[in-house]
Amino acid sequence: MAAASEHRSVGLKAFSFGFIILWLFIAAFPFFWTLWGSFKVELDFFSKADWTNALTGARTIAETGSAFTSSGYEGAWIQEEFWKSVINTALVCLFVVLTSLTIGTLGGYALSRSGFRYSFWLLIMALIFRAMPPITLVSGYLLPFFEWNLWCHLPTTIIVLVAINQPFTLWMLHSFFQKIPKDLDESAMVDGCTPFQAFRHVIIPVMWPGVITTGLFSFLLAYNDFAVTTMLLSKENQTMVPKIASFLGTTQTEGNVMFAVAAVVSATVPVFILVMFFQRQIVSGLTAGAVKG
Amino acid sequence: MKHRTFFWFFLPTAIAMLLFIALPIVSVVIQSLHTAHDQVFITVENCGPFGCTEETAVDTEATEQLRREQPLGKWAGLSVYLDRGHLAVNEVAAAWQSASGLGDFFSRIGNLPFYRAIAFTLTYTFVVTPLLIILGFMIAVSVNSLHRHLKGLAIFFSLLPMIVNPLVGSLILFWMIDSRGIIGTFLQAIANDPDLSLKASTSLTWITLMVYGVWHSAPFAFVVFYAGLQTLPQDTLESAMIDGATRWQRIRYVVIPHIMPLVTFVALIQLMDNFRVFEPIVGFNASAHAQSLSWIIFNDLGGETRLLSSAAATSVLTIIGVAVLLSPVLVRTWRDFKRKA
Repeated sequence: MAAASEHRSVGLKAFSFGFIILWLFIAAFPFFWTLWGSFKVELDFFSKADWTNALTGARTIAETGSAFTSSGYEGAWIQEEFWKSVINTALVCLFVVLTSLTIGTLGGYALSRSGFRYSFWLLIMALIFRAMPPITLVSGYLLPFFEWNLWCHLPTTIIVLVAINQPFTLWMLHSFFQKIPKDLDESAMVDGCTPFQAFRHVIIPVMWPGVITTGLFSFLLAYNDFAVTTMLLSKENQTMVPKIASFLGTTQTEGNVMFAVAAVVSATVPVFILVMFFQRQIVSGLTAGAVKG
Repeated sequence: MKHRTFFWFFLPTAIAMLLFIALPIVSVVIQSLHTAHDQVFITVENCGPFGCTEETAVDTEATEQLRREQPLGKWAGLSVYLDRGHLAVNEVAAAWQSASGLGDFFSRIGNLPFYRAIAFTLTYTFVVTPLLIILGFMIAVSVNSLHRHLKGLAIFFSLLPMIVNPLVGSLILFWMIDSRGIIGTFLQAIANDPDLSLKASTSLTWITLMVYGVWHSAPFAFVVFYAGLQTLPQDTLESAMIDGATRWQRIRYVVIPHIMPLVTFVALIQLMDNFRVFEPIVGFNASAHAQSLSWIIFNDLGGETRLLSSAAATSVLTIIGVAVLLSPVLVRTWRDFKRKA
């Protein structure tokens, strides 16, 4: 009896192990395939004749003399000035993260320490705002921003992204602050601190794990946004994602699609590194809101 | 915390959300009730050697001035909502009267852009969400049984599809399913049909987009469920084992009830996110076969002529859709809150 159940569990284990291998392959293979292919010429990456060309780079060798070519990257970064978009993205992300964390920590702290009914309703409002598709909001910005000449500026985009970020940031920081014992700041206020001093000297030193996690998600939201940045920014100050989308319109000439491939790989690398270093924080952040129920 | 302190702490974030989320919603509603100005016509009398003719011409200057003075456009009431691009009441009524049967009626409605987008958005939302929950659960259970050292690696690679940009992710897959790409070639070999293209037919495009959606969002479900599995009550599991429960019974009667609240959470988040599906349609270049509500708004806003009112009306209808999706959750939260109070 015991042997039979053991035997079955070996089979099950093998099955679940196989399933995991299959899933990891599905999850990761496209990235490695595209990374590998980004160093080939277009006729290898999209090979009508023989799919192994993409691995061996037969046409790449014929055209450039080596199995790897960086022409896609040169075309994207230098000829199409992808580096400008990288700088814009860096600026947007930096300021979005800084601003949304600053105002988000204040708001999230206040929500976690206020037991009044309105703080519940504010959280519900934030949940509703979180559900709004950003593109519906963009159609609300268009006319006023045109009229006031706020269109096509990086600061406008940053503020809009901060605002769209706020509901999520508030929810997350709210749950993190609730885990910090209330006694901590209450005793500081008993000792004569003003609420802000208590926040400054007692809460700020212990809040960093939660803030870093929230910051990661603010970063990802700003980094990954397409709807807002593509509508609000012009060709001159585009961030990476709209820039990649604009490559697609100009891929008619041969080789240009490799610019897009190279740009896509370039845009994925920072995320890769981020996940590598902050995997624990990302996992804990995703589950922060969930496990509490 | 006192009301005053709360006010000052909360003020910056309140201003940001008020100005850039609440007011735009109001602005969208107002915009949707207006429509673009008609062009101003003037009648010019042209007198030549063969007599005089009257010509009607567009007065560009006057049109421009009118548009500048009243950028909202002219009041239109609900007419934008009812026109062919949105609820299309006349077309629906006509289809209802002349359709030979229900099937014919629905196929006619399916040709109207708004209903086509609704059909895709809802199908996408309600197919992808359950599938990704099931897949995420399976991954979570399997990863949980892995060796400690392998878990980190498995989580790292599992996170990738979710964490990359949706546009980037869909582009990567789009290039692979190209008829000259690796998956495309592979499928052609399986189907034994050298002309097979996933982009050519509507149903294949829909399936591709949904497969992408599951691929993209399953990691989220996985991570949440995986965290839930870490807090599994070991006593209950053990006593179930002692009572002779099979592995399947343990999952069915111990694990699933334990993570049920998480399933609700994932379903809520994913319903919201899938309802706004947009980037994959751009990435897969699929707008000829599949349009979502977000894509219609985007399409109206971009391009040479910005169809502000049309986009605004679709936005309002989308917001109503989000509200309907969200309402069960809100009602439940409200009940919980009242019970606690």
